[in-house]
Amino acid sequence: MTLITHYGYCDGSGEYYIVIDSDKCNGCNKCVLACPQKALQLEIEFIDLEEKTVAAVVELHRKKIKYTCASCKPENNNTPCALACESKAITSVWIPR
Amino acid sequence: MSKANPEFWRWQEYHRIMPNKKWSKNDVITAGVDVGSVGSKAAIMVNGEAYSWGITRTGSNSPESAKKALDYALEDTGLRVTDLKYIVGTGYGRVNVPMANKAITEIACHAKGANYIWGPSVRTVLDVGGQDIKAIRIDETGRVVSFLMNDKCAAGTGRGMEVFADLLKIPIEEIGEISLKVEQEPEPVSCTCVAFAKTEAMGLLRKGWSKEKVLAAYTRAMAVRMANLIKRVGLEKELVVTGGQSKNIGIVSRIEVILGVKTLPMPRWREDGLDPMVAGALGAASLGKLLYDKAQKG
Repeated sequence: MTLITHYGYCDGSGEYYIVIDSDKCNGCNKCVLACPQKALQLEIEFIDLEEKTVAAVVELHRKKIKYTCASCKPENNNTPCALACESKAITSVWIPR
Repeated sequence: MSKANPEFWRWQEYHRIMPNKKWSKNDVITAGVDVGSVGSKAAIMVNGEAYSWGITRTGSNSPESAKKALDYALEDTGLRVTDLKYIVGTGYGRVNVPMANKAITEIACHAKGANYIWGPSVRTVLDVGGQDIKAIRIDETGRVVSFLMNDKCAAGTGRGMEVFADLLKIPIEEIGEISLKVEQEPEPVSCTCVAFAKTEAMGLLRKGWSKEKVLAAYTRAMAVRMANLIKRVGLEKELVVTGGQSKNIGIVSRIEVILGVKTLPMPRWREDGLDPMVAGALGAASLGKLLYDKAQKG
């Protein structure tokens, strides 16, 4: 089973989302170290009555991803976080309008 | 001097005990406390079935709001906090629920709660809270498959509606109905930001727009945003709306038009049904039951 979390925004300029698949994520911490904005952290998520440590966007940044991720955004799926992920659990999508 | 201004934004705090339900000392009684940004909700379950709940406004202090909501849910039930076998805290202030055995994200709780209220056919849950919107896709057991939280501030949420109720001097409960009293749907306002929308609305009112038309334009803009979130996580039937805005017919009916699907009808919460505003708290209490059982088997 999967649990996919989308962090991002949608406005007049387009849509941008960091998508983390908690099932694939192995909690290796590489994305956390790779993020130039320190916007990621490991978090305990509650899945099927169990707890799993997975990567997540820091609460503080969740509502300002437009600004936090501004410099990486044009890279589309080649953002540092997506490239650092060994289990391909992170994708980032930028769809300009 | 003049009378105090009526508070148009203020929604009713209330508590309810489900009719024809009883508890005894041998039952597994669990509670869910959902401290939201605007409302604090607590629900009590007896053997995994809804028993009572309370809804209050969140104050500046999360632990106090949690306690207030829980006391409200326990009122007139004869139950005491010590009778509760397991308490789950959830919502925006979940880490500040001192009596909780565990804190669980509101995503998991709303998913479980929607599954409890409407049954296993629910696949997409739109939770419109006081300060954010979440689109959640779930499976037939109420487990989260995919979710998305809105990006910015209070844009297009319950708090935004409160601001509008106050600005237009319309009681919050009537705002949905009134937003539908337009002959033709106006263009949505360009900005759903609460602070700027207020300025924009004032401008439209000065231009001679009726209250109904302004409200329709704002409600439409909110519904468009919500529909976009749902499209992103992928719409799958059945769709339900939880949180305070589930009671706003103006929002719900516009979402249905934009997405071209009907939402499952709201339970008759004023009479004997479950209130979709307590979905998160019910889900928390339900997960509390499962966690308690698991610990017993341990």
